[in-house]
Amino acid sequence: MRAAHFCNACGKVQPAMPVDYFTFFGLPRKLNVDLNGLEKEFYALSRRLHPDGFFSASEVERLWSLEQSSQLNDAYRTLKDPIRRTEYLLRLEGVELEEQSKQATEAARASGNLKKQVVPPALLEEVFELNMQLEELRANRKMGEKDDALEAELSGQKKLLEEKFDALFSELKGLWSEWDQAVESETEPARLPIRDKLLDLVNRRNYIRNLVRDVNEALEIG
Amino acid sequence: MSDRIVGIDLGTTNSLVAFMEGETPVVIPGEDGSNLVPSIVALDGGNHTIIGNAARNFLIETPERAIYSVKRLMGRGAEDITEELKLFPFRLADDMQAGEVLRIQLGERSYTPPEISALILRQLKRNAERFFGEAVTKAVVTVPAYFNDAQRQATKDAGRIAGLEVLRLVNEPTAASLAYGLDKKKNGIVAVYDLGGGTFDVSILKLHDGIFEVISTNGDTHLGGDDIDNLLIAIALDDVKGDMGIEVRRSGEAVQTIRKAVIEAKIALSSQATTHLDVELPGGHRYQREITREMFEQLVQPVLDRTVGPCKQALKDAGLKPEQIDEVVLVGGSTRIPKVRQLVKELFQREPHIDLNPDEVVALGAAVQANILSGGSVATENMLLLDVTPLSLGIEVAGGVTDKIILRNSTIPASATQHYTTQVDGQANVAIHVLQGERELAKDCRSLARFDLKGIPPMSAGMPRIEVKFLIDANGILHVSAREQRSGKEAEIEVQPSYGLTDDQVESMILDSFDYAEEDFRQRQVIEAQREADTILGALEKAKANAVWAQLRTDERKQIGKLEKALIAVKAGSDYQAILKGIETLNQATMRLAELMMDGAVTTALKGKNMNDTGVGEGPTAPHPMAEAEFE
Repeated sequence: MRAAHFCNACGKVQPAMPVDYFTFFGLPRKLNVDLNGLEKEFYALSRRLHPDGFFSASEVERLWSLEQSSQLNDAYRTLKDPIRRTEYLLRLEGVELEEQSKQATEAARASGNLKKQVVPPALLEEVFELNMQLEELRANRKMGEKDDALEAELSGQKKLLEEKFDALFSELKGLWSEWDQAVESETEPARLPIRDKLLDLVNRRNYIRNLVRDVNEALEIG
Repeated sequence: MSDRIVGIDLGTTNSLVAFMEGETPVVIPGEDGSNLVPSIVALDGGNHTIIGNAARNFLIETPERAIYSVKRLMGRGAEDITEELKLFPFRLADDMQAGEVLRIQLGERSYTPPEISALILRQLKRNAERFFGEAVTKAVVTVPAYFNDAQRQATKDAGRIAGLEVLRLVNEPTAASLAYGLDKKKNGIVAVYDLGGGTFDVSILKLHDGIFEVISTNGDTHLGGDDIDNLLIAIALDDVKGDMGIEVRRSGEAVQTIRKAVIEAKIALSSQATTHLDVELPGGHRYQREITREMFEQLVQPVLDRTVGPCKQALKDAGLKPEQIDEVVLVGGSTRIPKVRQLVKELFQREPHIDLNPDEVVALGAAVQANILSGGSVATENMLLLDVTPLSLGIEVAGGVTDKIILRNSTIPASATQHYTTQVDGQANVAIHVLQGERELAKDCRSLARFDLKGIPPMSAGMPRIEVKFLIDANGILHVSAREQRSGKEAEIEVQPSYGLTDDQVESMILDSFDYAEEDFRQRQVIEAQREADTILGALEKAKANAVWAQLRTDERKQIGKLEKALIAVKAGSDYQAILKGIETLNQATMRLAELMMDGAVTTALKGKNMNDTGVGEGPTAPHPMAEAEFE
């Protein structure tokens, strides 16, 4: 199904419908997306929906064009990025993503509450080790000391994390195909295990991303 | 055609107005023939506003009655211009209250930055109206890509105050790319490096069959040629103090004289290896100094280095390496500096384009966009600009943290929806603090506005479900709407802009400017009548020395003398109609004198001169036969 952006009879712009981004582009809820086709469609719709083309139109058409083109841009921005697309689909499938964002960390720090953050079990051990080292580095910094060996160790750890991060992306692509097949052939309950695998992977990936950022921050201070 | 839309570049140093003549964008010159209207506003002794080139002398003669680079103050609060106040001769209004919108003292009056910008816009509007011979009320106005919401809103307000409907704000680097991309033949990735008088922008665009899609943008709204000038001024002031033992820092006149000289030197150093500073200071002192290009380049390197970070960030955000950039375009007067060109070449590993005049290219692009909005033409057919928001939009959440809801470099229009509820039973209001910026903590971001959602139906805590929609329009300006979903009731929103004018304030300023316009007009009528009186009195004075004067009868001479005295008397006043009447009666009384002189002129012509040389020929510029006559 595809959202009707224009009147079938007269071709005029229609009010924006509260549809999901896949429907907006007339796409199935699949994760492998033909990016060239998507871009082509984005450009074609932009030409017809952008407010620039509605300066002499009625007020209501101008408003609809503004709403439709913002929805178009929001949809394209979300679907063209592999991670945003995956996270968006997971949300559509009823999943609340873990709040592992930096904001949550800062909020927790400011309010004194513990952050609601689950360490993915697979990462438990190395995260524990890494956090110890980060603490040590920060403590050293406070004392005005510099531990070259520790910094080198952390840089090495960071490199490993980055490799892991990249590897997760190919793993993700494998899951995309599993999901897409399930969308075609399986019933909804049968898709659940794949959904959960996707969720676990996205969580792990975000967790590693935040770790890399923490290490970068720690290393670059001072 | 009353639907004509002009394109305006409201610059820090110079402003321009342009339009599409057929298939080509052209700049509309002012009365003085110049394409550039310097963004200088001054008040003369009679409190008339003087704009542009004519205001230049006021900067030196009465610096307290003149202002330049007001763009630096647009959309800002008193607390974030402390640096500006140190480096620029801005004077805050004496009676400014804390929390009030900035007001600048100019002579005895005070103006907000949008009002001063409006005076410049009104001048451009007049230039366009003189050019077309009809009213111009619609414009596309350019802003630095890195302008935040408040700065954009202030620019729109300025347009409204000036009597211009601003149909679209276009980002300056994007406008430049439109002017460059008019041939539409090229597809590829373009980087625009725009270093102007007071702002720096870099934008990376993807050109695809007439679509100009901005991928990323970055910049610094307080970085430009002004900063280079200030460095040079500081050195000159140190020199003057060190070598000559004179402290002129406090003398606006001296500082502005030096500023003028260093700007000339800066410009000279773009085409020659060395230049000579020679400044006549008030009090008869003279400051001289040799500057080489090498010294200059060393001095300005730190300023130029500040453009590197934004360029790298823009590349990173676009996910591109420098070698993936196909073309680089230079915009802004400061890109004439050879060192800047060298830096850009190194950054993007490409020889930059300089085919179009870097001072005019933004205005030309604005004219192109104006043409697109008015329905387009053969030249702009298929052209579409897809720009981005330069800064992330966020809302303040628990703990003073910014929750980003629309990320920077999102294509605009863009929107985000958030849900809110109440904390207390029967709570009728919810406050939302909207921020712009990349930092994590709310206090480090730019506060845009506080929205107060009102009239929430009484329900127990946590029951209301208020959906708030944030929409950034194609101008990069935020709109907020809210709905309580259980009742379906549109929530009332009270907006308190953190910086900037409320709607009512802008409305009253429009009236103010009309009042001034009327006042200005009356004063101009008086001045014109006085000038006309001077002309006829001067001509009469000359005629008295002419032989024909003796041919008049005594009573005629007496009557003329009486009317002459009367005109001199009314001329001293400000009743322009009395002055015009005095001119008219004197005109009548001198009719025969004029005729006699015409005869004399004809005789002169017979001696070998034509009528034009005597100046008595009938031309549109000679309101009275006596006015332009010159006799030997």
